[in-house]
Amino acid sequence: MLDDFVTRAILAGLMVAVVAGPLGAFMVWRRMAYFGDTVSHSALLGVALGFLLGANLNLLVTLVCVMVAVILVFLQRRQQLASDTLLGILAHSALSLGLVAVAFVEGLRVDLMAYLFGDILAVTRGDLAAIAIGGALALVLLILLWRPLLAITVHEELAQVEGIPVLPVRLGLMLLIALVIASAMQVVGVLLITALMIIPAATARRFARTPEQMALFGAGFGVLAVLGGIWGSFTHDTPTGPSIVVAAMLAFVVLNFLPWPGGRRREGA
Amino acid sequence: MFGATRPVRPLRGPDATPLIQAEGLGLERGGRTILDRVSLSVRSGQVVVVIGPNGAGKTSLLRILLGLWQSSRGRITRARRMRIGYMPQHVQVDPILPLSVRRFLTLRHRAPEARLREQLRRVGVPELLDAPIQTLSGGEMQRVLLARALIGEPDLLVLDEPAQGVDVVGQGEVFDLIDRLRSETGCGVLMVSHELHLVMAAADVVVCINQHVCCTGRPEEVSRHPEYQRLFPDAGVHGIGIYTHHHDHVHDLAGEAKPVNGAGGVADHAR
Repeated sequence: MLDDFVTRAILAGLMVAVVAGPLGAFMVWRRMAYFGDTVSHSALLGVALGFLLGANLNLLVTLVCVMVAVILVFLQRRQQLASDTLLGILAHSALSLGLVAVAFVEGLRVDLMAYLFGDILAVTRGDLAAIAIGGALALVLLILLWRPLLAITVHEELAQVEGIPVLPVRLGLMLLIALVIASAMQVVGVLLITALMIIPAATARRFARTPEQMALFGAGFGVLAVLGGIWGSFTHDTPTGPSIVVAAMLAFVVLNFLPWPGGRRREGA
Repeated sequence: MFGATRPVRPLRGPDATPLIQAEGLGLERGGRTILDRVSLSVRSGQVVVVIGPNGAGKTSLLRILLGLWQSSRGRITRARRMRIGYMPQHVQVDPILPLSVRRFLTLRHRAPEARLREQLRRVGVPELLDAPIQTLSGGEMQRVLLARALIGEPDLLVLDEPAQGVDVVGQGEVFDLIDRLRSETGCGVLMVSHELHLVMAAADVVVCINQHVCCTGRPEEVSRHPEYQRLFPDAGVHGIGIYTHHHDHVHDLAGEAKPVNGAGGVADHAR
């Protein structure tokens, strides 16, 4: 069954969507969309380093993403520059550094498009295993961190006074983001990863009454986007990664902006 | 952890050691002195209010006492196993996060439904348990924050501007509520405020700071202090219009609810 490349693609996409949705909810709540973008742009640097050192790509991408995320958190604390300026500088510098680094790797002919926009149809059994491991780790970490993360998202100082170890929890979130980026890179590519996290979660908001519902529905909409995108890509011969994002976007628009029978916006309780 | 060699000091009772005691706290940030030799202590059943003009270091002091910041100098002694209930100044939950009051109250400590209802009833908003937190008014939010601070059965309540964003009528109610909670639970209360006349009526001890401690004492003493009158000229020279609330009981500790002397002293607040 795993011999079929479409099956592998679907499996890879589903595994990523199931983690990206719930994590995306946190990124939406914590206003980290641009942060996620910056970190995922730096993933390309991890790819280049992986080729240079001949090491496991997923591992290096995860490492580089964690490092960039931690550096970002500390730079943001110093608050010399506005947060969006800092992210704007780093997002594009990281991407460009990655592109330059890839060019430096001698004798390497990388299909850059595959890393930038994903190449889900080329997922091998080995990739599938890597995605499964990374995704499972991320899911476990997310479940363990769920309550403290929610507490610091609502009010960080209150959480700290109440005894939540804020810094470790935040570092855990960075690791989580890095793991998901490393897993999702092959599915939608470094430029589109954030979309797969943010759009399904944002779509889910309207239907959710609790944080957990929003996370679960986010995973659900992510799954639909992956299936829709792969189907669209197959039937219309379009690039798969962008097709997945387009599918997610369509679901968001249809479910949030089109008039909905009896779907008046909930006001109050 | 529980086989402690030192005896556990009593947390409650008139001769209890202070719940929290700060001595000679100093804080410098970027070469500026924020706090200079600030000392204060809070005992069980006591309401201590820190007042001061903007930029006096009130919030910095609170952050140090809560352990959120490190002081540059001085030391803090806390009673052993003291539980702090903290009510931050401003909590605003983004509408993108679906969160009911129930979830908000149990973010840190899971608690049975009956307990949640009891705390909400205590602060006067029992009907809000399942309301989305974004739909609360300013006064309701303050009450819910207070309820959350109470869930962990604190020995010390720390309140940062508890009446912020509440209209005058609501402010009187908030301070009445704090006063009542203090007598019901016997906890100590430390609060920062600049709602002078309202907060001073609720206080047992007022600490007036402007980087350093300008004056400290019972509200009526502080309001007559020249340093205080220099810092708050608007408060008038014939003492402050202390807002007296309607006590149906007398406090056994330092919280005597004395009538205010002098004409014009009693502000008549519409309730």
